[in-house]
Amino acid sequence: MRWVMSPRLITCVVVTACVVPLALLAWQLAAGQLGPDPAKYVMQGTGSWALRGLLLVLCAAPFARLGWRGLFRFRRTLGVAVFVYATLHLLLFAQVYVGWDAPLLMEELEERPYVLVGFAAWALFLPLALTSTDAARRWLGRRWRLLHRLVYPATVLAWLHIYWLARSDIAEALIYGALFVGLLVWRMRRVRMG
Amino acid sequence: MQTMRRRIYTDGTIASSEITPETVFLNRRAFIAASAGSAWSWSAGAGAAQSTTDRADLAYSPDFDSTLEAEKTPVEAVTTYNNFYEFGTDKSDPARHAHAMTTDPWTVSVGGLVEKPGELHLEDLLSGFDLEERIYRFRCVEAWSMVVPWIGFPLSDLLRRFEPKSEGRFVEFKTLYRPSEMRGTRSFGSIIDWPYREGLRLDEAMHPLTLLAVGLYGKTLPNQNGAPLRLVVPWKYGFKSIKSIVEINVTDQQPATSWQTLQSKEYGFYANVNPDVDHPRWSQRFERRLPSSIFKPNRVPTVLFNGYGESVAGLYDGMDLRRFY
Repeated sequence: MRWVMSPRLITCVVVTACVVPLALLAWQLAAGQLGPDPAKYVMQGTGSWALRGLLLVLCAAPFARLGWRGLFRFRRTLGVAVFVYATLHLLLFAQVYVGWDAPLLMEELEERPYVLVGFAAWALFLPLALTSTDAARRWLGRRWRLLHRLVYPATVLAWLHIYWLARSDIAEALIYGALFVGLLVWRMRRVRMG
Repeated sequence: MQTMRRRIYTDGTIASSEITPETVFLNRRAFIAASAGSAWSWSAGAGAAQSTTDRADLAYSPDFDSTLEAEKTPVEAVTTYNNFYEFGTDKSDPARHAHAMTTDPWTVSVGGLVEKPGELHLEDLLSGFDLEERIYRFRCVEAWSMVVPWIGFPLSDLLRRFEPKSEGRFVEFKTLYRPSEMRGTRSFGSIIDWPYREGLRLDEAMHPLTLLAVGLYGKTLPNQNGAPLRLVVPWKYGFKSIKSIVEINVTDQQPATSWQTLQSKEYGFYANVNPDVDHPRWSQRFERRLPSSIFKPNRVPTVLFNGYGESVAGLYDGMDLRRFY
C-alpha cells in the first residue's frame, strides 16, 4: 500500500475517521433526526465514541506486536480525538443536566459516583492531552511514558462510568469490559516476559 | 411562602402559565414553527407507520377542564421516545420493534382476591367502558417529562366490576411476556426477570386520577406506548405506569415489582414523584420537558406528586416519603 498512499494522505484519512462520528451526530442534529431529546443522544454518543476510541488506542500496541503498525503510528491523533469527544461529552452534561449551576455540579460530584468517576477519567486525560506534543514529550523524557500509563486507570474509570450508568441491560458494558481485560492480560504477560 | 405552597400543591385549576416558565412557551412556539417547516423528520420508520396507520379512532369525552392543553407534547415525540425494555433499552427501540407484538386478540385476566374473577377481551376494553380524555403530565424517573392526552377509563371502573374482596389491599399488574415477539427480552445482557410487574396499593388503584389508557391523541395506543391497555398513574414515576397489561390481581400482600426487585435502593414500591428524594444516581429536582434541545434544554423544576398533590397527598398522610420512596 505504501506506493499508493503517501504519509500525508494516510494522516488525512485517519483524521477524517476521527471526525466522522462527530460529523454524523452534528448532521443528524441539524437535520432534526435525533428525536425529542437530541441533547441526551449527542451526549451519550460523544461519550460512547470516546470510550470506543480509547479501547482502539489501547489495541494499538498488541496490533503492532503482531506486525501491523498502522494503528500504532496514529495513537496520538486517536488519543487527542478521544479527549475532544470526552470534553464535548462533559460540556453537554454541564449544559443540559446541570445548567451551569455550580452548587448542583458539586452535589452531583459528591453524591453520584458515576459522575465522579466520569469526571475523574476526564481529569486523568487532561494531562495526557496537554503533553501530547513533541516538545512536551522531549521535555518529559522518560517520565512521559510513566505519565501516559495513566491511560489505564482512566480507562477503568471510564468503564465504571458506563457500567454504573446502565439501568438494566449491561451487554455493551460487558463487551467493553471483556475487551479491556483481554488487553490488560496481554500487557501483564508482556511485562512478565519482558 | 404562599407561592411556594401553590407551586407544590398545584391542581388543575391553576392557569398553566403560572406553573410553567415562560421559556417553555417560547420554546414550544419555536418548536411549532420548526415542525411547520420540513426540519421535523425524526418520526420516520416503522414507529411512525405504527402510530399513524394502524391506530383506530376512539369515541371519548374530551378533557375540557385541562389547563395543559397548550403544553401537550407533540404526538411524534410521545410515540417515538419510549421506555419499553421488552423491545430494547434505547428510547427509539420500542417505536422500531414493538410492531412485532400481536395485540389482537388480547386477553386481560382479572383475579386474586375478587368475588368474580374473569377475563376481558380487546373488544371489552375498547367499547365496554366510558372512555374519556385525560391530559396528564408524565414524569419519568430518568428526569424527563411529557404532557400526554390519554384516552381511557378509571381503573376503579374495571376493579368494581370484579368486586375486590374486603381483605384485598394491593393490586398487581403484569405485562405480556412473549419472547418471540419481544426482542429485548432475548438480549443476553438483560437482567430483568420477565414478565414486567407493577403494583399499587388498593386505595391508590381506586383513586379517580388512576387511569387505564387504551389510547392517546384520540386514537388507540401505538404498540410502543403499551397497546392495547396500559396503566397511567400521573403522580408517580413513569415506570409504575405498566404497559400492555395481560394480568391484574388483587392481593393482600404488597406485590414484588420489577424495578424494586432489580434495584430496591434505587426504585421503591411507591415511586411518587418527589423533588426532595433523589434517585441515588441522579437528582430529581429538575426535569427536562420534552422536546428539549442542546441550547434550550427546557429544564423545569420538578413538583411534589408531579403537581397532583392536592388530590393525592392525602393518600400518604403520616408516611415518611423518604423511607417509602
